Amino acid sequence: MPKRILDVTINGTRREDAVADSTLLLDYLREQLGLTGTKRGCDGGECGACTVLIDGEPALACITLAARCEGRRVETIESLARSGRMSALQAAFHEKLGTQCGFCTPGMIMASEALLRRDPHPDEAAIRAALGGNICRCTGYVKIIESVQAAAEARE
Amino acid sequence: MDRMHEFRLSRPDSLDEAVALLARDPLARPLAGGTDLVPNLRRGIGAPSVLVDLSGVPGLDAIEAGADGSIAIGAGVTLARVVRDDAIARALPALQQAAASVAGPSHRTAATLGGNLCLDTRCVFYNQSEWWRRANDFCLKHGGDTCHVAPQGTRCHAAYSGDTAAALIALAAEAEVAGPQGSRRVPLERMFVDDGAKHLALGRGEILLRVHVPPQPAGSRNAYRKARPRGAIDFPLAGAAARVALDDGGAIASLRVALTGTNSHPLLLDGTAECVGRPVDEAMLGGLAKRVQKQAKPMRSTVTSSNWRRTVAAVLVRRVVAELAFAPG
Repeated sequence: MPKRILDVTINGTRREDAVADSTLLLDYLREQLGLTGTKRGCDGGECGACTVLIDGEPALACITLAARCEGRRVETIESLARSGRMSALQAAFHEKLGTQCGFCTPGMIMASEALLRRDPHPDEAAIRAALGGNICRCTGYVKIIESVQAAAEARE
Repeated sequence: MDRMHEFRLSRPDSLDEAVALLARDPLARPLAGGTDLVPNLRRGIGAPSVLVDLSGVPGLDAIEAGADGSIAIGAGVTLARVVRDDAIARALPALQQAAASVAGPSHRTAATLGGNLCLDTRCVFYNQSEWWRRANDFCLKHGGDTCHVAPQGTRCHAAYSGDTAAALIALAAEAEVAGPQGSRRVPLERMFVDDGAKHLALGRGEILLRVHVPPQPAGSRNAYRKARPRGAIDFPLAGAAARVALDDGGAIASLRVALTGTNSHPLLLDGTAECVGRPVDEAMLGGLAKRVQKQAKPMRSTVTSSNWRRTVAAVLVRRVVAELAFAPG
């Protein structure tokens, strides 16, 4: 099995790990690092549950090869809370009931995080566009959009 | 999804090395963004021994605007960059609209223009798991000997589904391809053939380097429209791009129309020259729609009927040409 040493920054910490060339970023995060906040949903790049940030841009961990993250910064949902306190965006999803079963939530939040960094005051159309690749099967999207709007206001 | 088979990931830092790697090993596959290739590999479609990661090849990630109004776009430029590039937005809205309509935002940060152009063809009998396809004795495109879409035929009818190809063909773009024999330039529509099992007219070891979009005719306008099951994220059931220029009297001065999602290749609509000199009215648009109905040849490769897709392709062409002709300004 061709393996290599991957030099990558995960949630602010630089690390070196042995990964197979064919290892997916999702498996590396969940199985090797125990970062199970990133969810395995459709597992084929269609649902957005595994959205993480790579160099600040949203990406799907289930169709990304871990080895291609060499020298890059990967951020997962675990990076948002500080000293046990939720970030404003996480708190907004909690307060505004933007989460129901919670399975799609890490992906929703990471996609929203990327949006709010790029555009701190998104209108509804921008939020809908940024979350276009994230699917929720419980509820609908109104509460999720309201959560992102509330987070944008709270960040001001 | 299934676990992936083992392969070696190679990231050459020169074009020569990339071409040599691909030419040497018939099982080697080029890897761009991987947003289509990786899910396919996970479904057991192909088992390449080596994936040749093209992201280290110098120059493939450049967008170069020439003084004459031409724009050259590297195959490795991500669709997210195509969408937000000012020069493309100004001169080539069809390309911007097509790129923005590919998949979702988290795909476009990785997916590349070259990858979207070389996108594998799609079919309801092909984009399925290994066990699903096995239960059907596989199909002509991969592992089987019958096309379940047209069992009497001898070819594969999977549909070409890249959005950006239609836009770039309407814009008269050329593809620059490099291979073991050096590089060549061809009109983009000639990089494809109408065969779902082998839709790229590229030889072994050949790589798409960049597309060259010529200066657009003065006063011309261009746009891309697409029909898909879900508005937020989906492959086209049919896609249409057009470039329209009108003369002073409001008649057509030049017209190029291209389609995607209907045939096994993206196609430049034949016969649009007959629209030149005619006003954009019901008779002209109706004739154009008839041409589309004749040349678009969707088969039952999606969950919608082929006749519906053919009709929609014609409607999209009528609509986009009328919108461009009557847009204010």
